[in-house]
Amino acid sequence: MESFLGYSIKILPFLLKGMQQTLILTAASATFGTLLGLLLALARIAPARFVRTVAGGYVTIFRGTPLMLQILFIWGALPEIGIVLPDTACVIIALSMNAGAYIAEIIRAAIQSIDRGQMEAARSLGMSYGLAMRRVILPQTFRRLLPPMVNELAALTKDTSLAMVVGIVELLKASQQQQSQSFRPAETYVWTALGYLLVTITLMSLANRFEKKLEARG
Amino acid sequence: MAQPILQVQGLHKSFGKLEVLAGINLEVQQGEVVVVIGPSGSGKSTLLRCINFLEVPTQGRILFKGEEVGQKDVGGKLVSLPERVLDQQRTRMGMVFQRFNLFPHMTALENVMEAPVQVRGLARGEAEALGMKLLTRVGLAEKARTYPPFLSGGQQQRVAIARALAMEPDVMLFDEPTSALDPELVGEVLQVMKDLAKSGMTMIVVTHEMGFAREVGHRVLFMDGGVVVEEGKPEQIFTAPQHPRTREFLSKVL
Repeated sequence: MESFLGYSIKILPFLLKGMQQTLILTAASATFGTLLGLLLALARIAPARFVRTVAGGYVTIFRGTPLMLQILFIWGALPEIGIVLPDTACVIIALSMNAGAYIAEIIRAAIQSIDRGQMEAARSLGMSYGLAMRRVILPQTFRRLLPPMVNELAALTKDTSLAMVVGIVELLKASQQQQSQSFRPAETYVWTALGYLLVTITLMSLANRFEKKLEARG
Repeated sequence: MAQPILQVQGLHKSFGKLEVLAGINLEVQQGEVVVVIGPSGSGKSTLLRCINFLEVPTQGRILFKGEEVGQKDVGGKLVSLPERVLDQQRTRMGMVFQRFNLFPHMTALENVMEAPVQVRGLARGEAEALGMKLLTRVGLAEKARTYPPFLSGGQQQRVAIARALAMEPDVMLFDEPTSALDPELVGEVLQVMKDLAKSGMTMIVVTHEMGFAREVGHRVLFMDGGVVVEEGKPEQIFTAPQHPRTREFLSKVL
C-alpha cells in the first residue's frame, strides 16, 4: 500500500482544483448574499408596509425550506421556464438567495439595536431617512454585525459543499471521487477538513483583526 | 407685534388611547426665550417633538414663519407634506436632546460638520471652519478630535448644541438638556444656553432648572395634563402663581 505521503501528493492536485471551485462559490455567494441581505434588511424596516411584507415573506420562505431543495429548485426549475444557466451560476444564485435571507435578519437586528435617538438626531438636522441610514445608522452597526456575520459566512463556506448534488466538483465532491477510487476515506477526508478549516480560520482571523481596529477607535 | 416665528394652534397628540397633548396654543416671537416647566408626563417633551415633527400631531397645526410644518390642511383633512419639504423645514429648527444623541462613530468636530456637509452641501474646508468656530463658542475647541464616548456628559451636550447651531437654525428646541447630567456638569451647559439666549436666539426650553427659567426665560409656560395651565413672565409665575396646580408644582421643586 502507498504511504500516506505518497497518497497525499497524488490526490492533492485534485483536491486543490475542488478547493478552487469552493472558493469561487463562497466568494461569489458571500458578496451577492451580503448585498441582497442589506437590501432585504432595509426593506424589512421600510416605512412602506407593502415592502416590509414582501421582504418578510421572502425571508420566511428561504429560512423555512432546505437549502438543498433551493439549489435543486433553481438548478432544475429555471430551465423549465427557459432560463438556462451554467451549473455554477445556479448554485451561486441559490446560495446567495439563501444567505441573503439570513444576513437580512442579522443586519435588521443590528439596525434595530441602534438607539432610536440616533435617527431622531439625524432627522432633526434635516437629514433624509436614507442619508441618516447611510451616514449615521449603518456605520454604527459594523461592530455588532461582525460576530454574527462571521458565523453566517463560515456556514456559507461549508454549505457550498451542497453544490455536489448538481454535479459541481468542489472540494467535497473532489474528495469523494478520490476516495471512491482509493478506498482510503480517512486520509482523504482529513485533507478535505483541513481545506475547509483553512477558509473558515482565515475568515475568523480577518474578522478578529477588523474588530480590534474598530475597537481602537473607541 | 410682528408675525410670530412659531405658532402652535390647537395641537393634540394621542398615543393610542392616551391623550398626551390636549389642545396647545402657543406663539413664540423672534428672539424670545420660552421656558416650559411642569411635572413629568405633562406633555412638555411631546410638545417640543411635535414642533419639529419627530412626533406627528393627531390634530392641530404648527406654523413656522407662517408656513405649515409637516402636514397641510387640505379641505379639513391633514395631508403629509413631502419628506423633502419637512427635511428642509427641520434644518431651520435645531434640537437638543436629553440624552445628547451625538453620533458615536464621529469625532466632536465631525458631528458638527456632518449636517452642513451632507445637507447644506458645504465644502469640507468651510464646514470645518464653521465647526471649529462653534466648538470654540461652546468652549470645546481642544476636544475637536475626540470621540463622544471620551467626553463627559456636559461636554457631549455642548457639542450637541454646537451641532444643532451648525445648521444656522432660526429657533432652538431644548428637550430637558440637563436632566441626564451629573449635577456638577449642569452649570456649563446652562452657561452655553444663557450665552445663546443673550445672542438673540429664539429658544424653547423644556427644563426642570427653575433658576434658568427665572433668569433667562422671557416667558414661562406651566404645563400639566397635556394643557398649558398657566403662563406669564418668570417673576409672576415664580412669585405669584395664579393656579393651584402651579403653586403645588412649584412648592415641590423650589
